[in-house]
Amino acid sequence: MSKAESTETTPSEDGVIQSVSGPVVSARDLDARMNDVVYVGDEGLMGEVIEIEGDITTIQVYEETSGVAPGEPVENTGEPLSVDLGPGMLDAIYDGVQRPLDVLEGKMGSPYLDRGVDAPGIDLEKEWEFEPTVEVGDEVGRGDVVGVVEETVTIDHKVMVPPDALDEGETTEVTAVESGSFDVTETVAELANGTTVSMHQEWPVREARPSANKKTPRTPLVSGQRILDGLFPIAKGGTAAIPGPFGSGKTVTQHQLAKYADADIIVYVGCGERGNEMTEVIEDFPELEDPANGNPLMARTSLIANTSNMPVAARESCIYTGITIAEYYRDMGYDVALMADSTSRWAEAMREISSRLEEMPGEEGYPAYLAARLAQFYERAGYFENVNGTEGSVSAIGAVSPPGGDFSEPVTQNTLRIVKTFWALDADLAERRHFPSINWNESYSLYKDQLDPWFEDEVADDWAEKRQWAVDVLDEETELQEIVQLVGKDALPDDQQLTLEVARYLREAYLQQNAFHPVDTYCPPEKTYLMLTTIETFNDEAFRALEAGVPVEEIVDTDSAPRINRIGVQEDYEEYVEELKAEITEELRSLY
Amino acid sequence: MKEYQTITEISGPLVYAEVDEAIGYDEIVEIETAQGETLRGQVLESSEGVVAIQVFEGTSGIDQNASVRFLGETMKMPVTEDLLGRVLDGSGRPIDDGPEIVPEERQDIVGAAINPYSREYPEEFIETGVSAIDGMNTLVRGQKLPIFSSSGQPHSELAMQIARQASVPEEEEGDDEESSEFAVIFGAMGITQEEANEFMQDFERTGALERSVVFMNLADDPAVERTVTPRMVLTTAEYLAFEKDYHVLVILTDMTNYCEALREIGAAREEVPGRRGYPGYMYTDLAQLYERAGRIQGREGSVTQIPILTMPGDDDTHPIPDLTGYITEGQIYVDPDLNSQGLQPPINVLPSLSRLMDDGIGEGLTREDHADVKDQMFAAYAEGEDLRDLVNIVGREALSELDNKYLDFADAFESEFVDQGFDQNRDIEETLEIGWDLLSMLPKDALNRIDEEFIEEYYREDDSEREVVEAAD
Repeated sequence: MSKAESTETTPSEDGVIQSVSGPVVSARDLDARMNDVVYVGDEGLMGEVIEIEGDITTIQVYEETSGVAPGEPVENTGEPLSVDLGPGMLDAIYDGVQRPLDVLEGKMGSPYLDRGVDAPGIDLEKEWEFEPTVEVGDEVGRGDVVGVVEETVTIDHKVMVPPDALDEGETTEVTAVESGSFDVTETVAELANGTTVSMHQEWPVREARPSANKKTPRTPLVSGQRILDGLFPIAKGGTAAIPGPFGSGKTVTQHQLAKYADADIIVYVGCGERGNEMTEVIEDFPELEDPANGNPLMARTSLIANTSNMPVAARESCIYTGITIAEYYRDMGYDVALMADSTSRWAEAMREISSRLEEMPGEEGYPAYLAARLAQFYERAGYFENVNGTEGSVSAIGAVSPPGGDFSEPVTQNTLRIVKTFWALDADLAERRHFPSINWNESYSLYKDQLDPWFEDEVADDWAEKRQWAVDVLDEETELQEIVQLVGKDALPDDQQLTLEVARYLREAYLQQNAFHPVDTYCPPEKTYLMLTTIETFNDEAFRALEAGVPVEEIVDTDSAPRINRIGVQEDYEEYVEELKAEITEELRSLY
Repeated sequence: MKEYQTITEISGPLVYAEVDEAIGYDEIVEIETAQGETLRGQVLESSEGVVAIQVFEGTSGIDQNASVRFLGETMKMPVTEDLLGRVLDGSGRPIDDGPEIVPEERQDIVGAAINPYSREYPEEFIETGVSAIDGMNTLVRGQKLPIFSSSGQPHSELAMQIARQASVPEEEEGDDEESSEFAVIFGAMGITQEEANEFMQDFERTGALERSVVFMNLADDPAVERTVTPRMVLTTAEYLAFEKDYHVLVILTDMTNYCEALREIGAAREEVPGRRGYPGYMYTDLAQLYERAGRIQGREGSVTQIPILTMPGDDDTHPIPDLTGYITEGQIYVDPDLNSQGLQPPINVLPSLSRLMDDGIGEGLTREDHADVKDQMFAAYAEGEDLRDLVNIVGREALSELDNKYLDFADAFESEFVDQGFDQNRDIEETLEIGWDLLSMLPKDALNRIDEEFIEEYYREDDSEREVVEAAD
């Protein structure tokens, strides 16, 4: 796709369109390899080779094919679908094949997406201030950083030796290096083996960028969402799935992560979702502050928006475009978080293309290779040692939209076999406006044990114990609720009624979080912890009172305890919690 | 333009013909039968030598001697402001004996996707005058908010009420040079003549027809035509909204019939079916309709969509409501139980949702306490609903005082807040006041979703302050 070097490609023989059916076009006499990018028809619509049979080549077209007729030419670029990598990817918004949407709007002169218009993924003419970090005579290997460019206020973009310029372990001498203003195509360094390094690289999207080593992730991706950090944490370099029926809050959860997760870089892929949601991100993110440094959120964000009404083939590729951009920043040593909303739309795009190819369908019409593709995608996430010796991570968080909210469908099931964090969204909770509507009984995180040491060092020694206490109370509540459904709450013994009361605070104060409240929307781990200990204080004091003979009605009826529900919205939470704990203790003790 | 008499196969709504020139995908075709009747169709698949054509009016009467003409262009809708006040058939031809329509432009009905970068985020409140919508699931300009209903429910009455009452509270007089006008475009797909008449009578009775365009594809009209009707409707809507500055409300009924037509074509083409026999591309196809709602930067107008669909078996996991729910920005549920209790409109607010609500309400838009009131009412009504099951088993006496209050709240919520009648138009202020009347049935402590400031201001301390707002009108 990249125009930057398309002139260098070997001219291939043109083919002729033989038939057109929606996004699938077959061509005769095209000399092409699998996954080559081709330009289809008189208008030059971008497409990709997906099947070769005899002299018939089948192409998926990334644009609308109305009016395209047999007999029109097909031109092969001879290159696989690639992305342009370089400074300018942050604070940008792309479609599924990395065409910048703002540039397209200008080029097309209309708010509608026209056909046959192409644009490079990064501005090839913009000049950047390049600052070298190597000198002539230095030895460099593949992936090594030769200089730095300030890409945005938040992020320094590191210019690296392309990973395919040298073999593994091989080094070469820097023979020339520049300093000053350059556009991305100009050479900024030369190496003894003849490689010229510019700020611009290309990489085929379907191929993972090389790394030295994959390590066990041990740092959490702190999200500022209580139920995630507190009960089901994800690691930097981890994978997570958020399945849920419509209206259960997948997108809000993804947005919250994109806003508040403590990653260096966010790649947000809107895959087959609503146009207005992407517009919301485009309008909100430049105005929101990065909680880490106060800079605009967009300064660390790259957006890929392939909405549901945009061509289906580009929806299939947008996930790959996103993860390739994420890997590139990982190579610089950054922690990257990729949100894909929604992977079900991606799977459906595969299904649609597959059915047009008349492939033998697997489960529910999805192609037989669905599981393999999902696994390949999530495998590109992880905590890596890069080829240049730095460490970086890609965390992949995929929303899943199961039809009818039924988690037994193929996309959810195949995703769960791979990911290690599962945040199950629940329609019942959403209906009663319990948000985030993550079901605490069904969700899990397999990273808990490896992340506990971090929380114990950074937040509190008894982090893991407190979590276990909360989980136990919630479990007990679930069991008790079954009885309550049959006989009513008042038929329970006093201690169990009290447990229900404690669990209610856990649900209403701790597990619920208002994403639209300016303070409550982000909850640092310290606050998450303090809130839990406040509820525990109430628990301990209340049971003590009960033992001393205070009737449960009086304990439940205290004035101070309901204020637990207001901790979330307190800015100066430390003081508030301190006072509240003292008041709860005092009030409950005064009862006996 | 060449004419062919080369039809090789006729199957369901499809006709296959041999050709010796290149025919574009999606191109429009005219087929003249031996009886001299002209039918219209569209190219579904184009290969060298042979094309598959989908015939809108159905294939009956076509034989192998019929002649086929390719018009060399894709389907277009003639658009003009003069369409307002007109009644057209499902393919956009006038059926009201009015004057011929002189189009200002002819626009491609397969609308190109709006660039997400060019969109403007919808956040202007539309007052529908229906409490269950305005208060709990607010509609905003540029939103797509379907009504999920089932057969025999009064979804049409609800849609008509919205169309009749919908207004945008104008900021200040003279704020804009000229405020945009409001228009309704009604697209009927496969509904009965009787239902259509009700809509028409309502439009005529209230004088709404002048600012409306009506597209009618009735139950006995060709099914395949239904696949074009919503595209005609939306092309007209986009023209009026983005070129003529109208605020357009599009009502599409019934999307279920549209999807049935898609399935029929898919089956005739022997495609690999997806869930329940619907084509695998139905999500994409529906998205191409629903996503044509919205606002565009620098344009005055807006397209707001209210598609109506009847859920087969009242099952929202059926592919049609399911896929719709994943594309639209929320949904309004019409509930058969509430309907049989006589609630008008019988909206079940709990599963209903408006995704764009949070940005469309609050200070300066509706009222500062709106979001909190809504959250609290949802929580309290859900609580009451839960308790109803329990009451059936243990009786009211076994419940605590608070639980009994929740039960009363749930009852009052239905009878006072939801059940307002199809003819009553409540403004947002009135809706919220009723909300506070109801919330004041609960103790202050229980209102944990509401900012203390608002409780201070609006909570009715004793019963004497609580005067249920009498039904206006």
